[in-house]
Amino acid sequence: MKNNTVQHDCIIVGGGPAGMAAALEAAAQGVKDILLLERDQYLGGILNQCIHTGFGLHQFQADLTGPEFSARYIQRLHETPQIRVSLQTFVVRLTPDKILTCIKPGRMLTLAAKALILCTGCRERTREMIPIPGTRPAGVFPAGLAQKLINMEGLLPGKEVVVIGSGDIGLIMARRFSLEGARVRAVIEILPQSRGLARNVVQCLEDFDIPLYLQHRVACLYGRQRVEKVKVVRVDDSLRDLPGTAFFLPCDTVLVSVGLIPENELIEMAGVPLDPRTNTPVSPGINQTSFPGLFVSGNAFRIYDLVDSVVRDSACAGRQAAEYLRGLGT
Amino acid sequence: MKKTYDVIIIGGGVVGTSIARELSRFTLSVALLEKEAELAFGVSKSNSGIIHPGTQNPPFSLKGRLCVEGNRLMRTWARELGVHFVEVGECILIFEEKERAALLQIKADAESLGVPGLRLVDRAWLRDHEPNVNPEALAALYAPSAGIISPYRLVYDLAENAVRNGAEIFLEQKVVSLRKENNLFWVGTESGESFQSRFLINAAGLFADEVARLAGIHDITIRPRKGEEYLLDKKRENLTRHLLFPLPTKTSKGILVIKTADGNPMVGPTARPTDDKEDLATTDQGLQEVLAAVQKMVPSIRREDIIAYFAGLRPVAGDDFILRHEHGVPGMIQAAGMQSPGLTAAPAVARCVCSLLAKNGLALRRKWFFHRHRKAARHLFTLPLGQAGKLIRRHPPYGDIVCRCEMVSAQEVRDAVHRGARTLDGIKFRTRAQAGRCHGGFCTTRIMKILAAELNLPPEKISKRGPGSEIVMADRDTGVFEAKDQHEE
Repeated sequence: MKNNTVQHDCIIVGGGPAGMAAALEAAAQGVKDILLLERDQYLGGILNQCIHTGFGLHQFQADLTGPEFSARYIQRLHETPQIRVSLQTFVVRLTPDKILTCIKPGRMLTLAAKALILCTGCRERTREMIPIPGTRPAGVFPAGLAQKLINMEGLLPGKEVVVIGSGDIGLIMARRFSLEGARVRAVIEILPQSRGLARNVVQCLEDFDIPLYLQHRVACLYGRQRVEKVKVVRVDDSLRDLPGTAFFLPCDTVLVSVGLIPENELIEMAGVPLDPRTNTPVSPGINQTSFPGLFVSGNAFRIYDLVDSVVRDSACAGRQAAEYLRGLGT
Repeated sequence: MKKTYDVIIIGGGVVGTSIARELSRFTLSVALLEKEAELAFGVSKSNSGIIHPGTQNPPFSLKGRLCVEGNRLMRTWARELGVHFVEVGECILIFEEKERAALLQIKADAESLGVPGLRLVDRAWLRDHEPNVNPEALAALYAPSAGIISPYRLVYDLAENAVRNGAEIFLEQKVVSLRKENNLFWVGTESGESFQSRFLINAAGLFADEVARLAGIHDITIRPRKGEEYLLDKKRENLTRHLLFPLPTKTSKGILVIKTADGNPMVGPTARPTDDKEDLATTDQGLQEVLAAVQKMVPSIRREDIIAYFAGLRPVAGDDFILRHEHGVPGMIQAAGMQSPGLTAAPAVARCVCSLLAKNGLALRRKWFFHRHRKAARHLFTLPLGQAGKLIRRHPPYGDIVCRCEMVSAQEVRDAVHRGARTLDGIKFRTRAQAGRCHGGFCTTRIMKILAAELNLPPEKISKRGPGSEIVMADRDTGVFEAKDQHEE
């Protein structure tokens, strides 16, 4: 090992709900030296842009917004001296023996972890992955990006909106655009039922009179500089287009909410086997990878519906790391 | 009194900027007019990025000769400009014995043009050198001098070097009128400005016929031919070692497996005529056609490997390039119909334009000092970790990562703005930020903030690729979005 490498008992990558829950539980289980790395300049991850309520019903028996939920964890983190947090710290490399290379403004660091928990979350599937043919104008947003623009930056991406995909982010953003005075023309879902929570279909679409087109798909995007319309086609049970059913919806904004992909490029770099279909680690049990002492939790391990389940299972990862360290005699 | 330029170039693609750079060696005043918000936003942004060896061209064609010379010159130019050029070589594959004659004809034609190092390779060679190629491939023509380059970065670097040497570039200047009076060209643009010059070069790409018509020249017609291209995940970087071609068809070099300067393999392009010079839509049929064609050469390519796609238009004007002095309009040079291998030929075209100008009365005197070299932009993703670490210690903002997928720092984005980026696409082409797996899902807001801060723009003025492609709406209190990039410390 290089002599400028700093070793920690437990390193956690990612300061969203999963990483914070894992760190707190590891500390509660007696791990003394925990380092939490977060690439953004604040903790909380994606919860920061989730200003709607519905978080914490199980964990806190309270109906909280995303930032309120994460604030409770941040507070506890600050009260736990065993946990050190390093913000604006971006891991660029991970080796099989759990050596991390990180960069932050002004510095590059090499860190070694006895136990490592990756809580790197997920990214949105894009229009390019479906793929939807047509032009590539401005106005086509991953739903999460639109959420960030509205909720964190106070900017309105558009006024005539079509949402592709009825996952929870798509549903919540349909409501959010309506609340901002935009007209949401349709939510288009290729499956025969919504992919989102039932409560979101009611609260986000039905309460706002937003039409949900089930068994439809967007077959083409139009518009040179800014999106102008989409072509929608009805599909049968085997997802084939039904001839003669195409129609056009004019719009200036298209939100794409067609699923999430766990972000596991770091463990892939280290050689941890991934399931190519789900991009999750091939795993003998919850939060585990085929590498001893290397855990993955939260949306990086599998895509969750509720943050309450994320923190529950990530706390388990904290316990697993503590157990692993006890096994090493630390 | 308005400034009179020696030369005005219409068109800021690879041809126009190559000419600008070449002319900036001489004691001339040069202006380049581009209709888009940034350079390289036409044909030059959407092509295969291949520096062709000169194969697949008729032996007596102009484009064949200029391609071979351009391939040779490009190496020097890339070195001087600090553009990443890689000589990867290409293989033209055949699958049946009866195709061998056609392959040998290509070899003979290319050798008469002076293409170096050509050799026929057999199945055993392919197995050793291209393990992922379909084992049914029988043989290939191997052309070692084929290379790859980032076509838009080449344009930006050419332009930067030309400006360093005195050329002037004007963006969002669509030419709408041309007249010649008292031996001077008067060039009027849509924005109401006018420019004047002694010589005029038409390098307007897809719109070269329209520019020619403004000058009363009616024998140039550009018939766009669309090509759809599909980029694969960088995880597939080592899919092939060479560029893979099928036997060419009458109208194109066929659908290829391409390596790109950024690492992502690319497959395409289709070749379909279109009447619409703005038709940049990809289609379901195009995707099917490309996949079927490349899976024949490399069976392991899957639809799921695709992470991005685009369509480009080839500015086709007949079978060959049009490169001539317009005797009916003395002082006007046409550089039109620069479809493939236009990118490769560009340096040779630029030289050719210079000699046409000289022959027709423009005195070319070399400058006492020409800045041959350009200080290359810094890109973390191209540096070994040790060097990246040193750079970050010396300049802390290079350690402030904006684009997680491609590892692009805030300082690289700022550098790109200082080097001329004005739009999100301009940032993407220069730095790769937003070009990775998440397609800007995570970094777009941060990049918008940097653009707003560096250019002192309100957020509603920030666009994907110029006016009309703004990202957010204007009629709102945007007080929350602080123009100052908050991350800066």
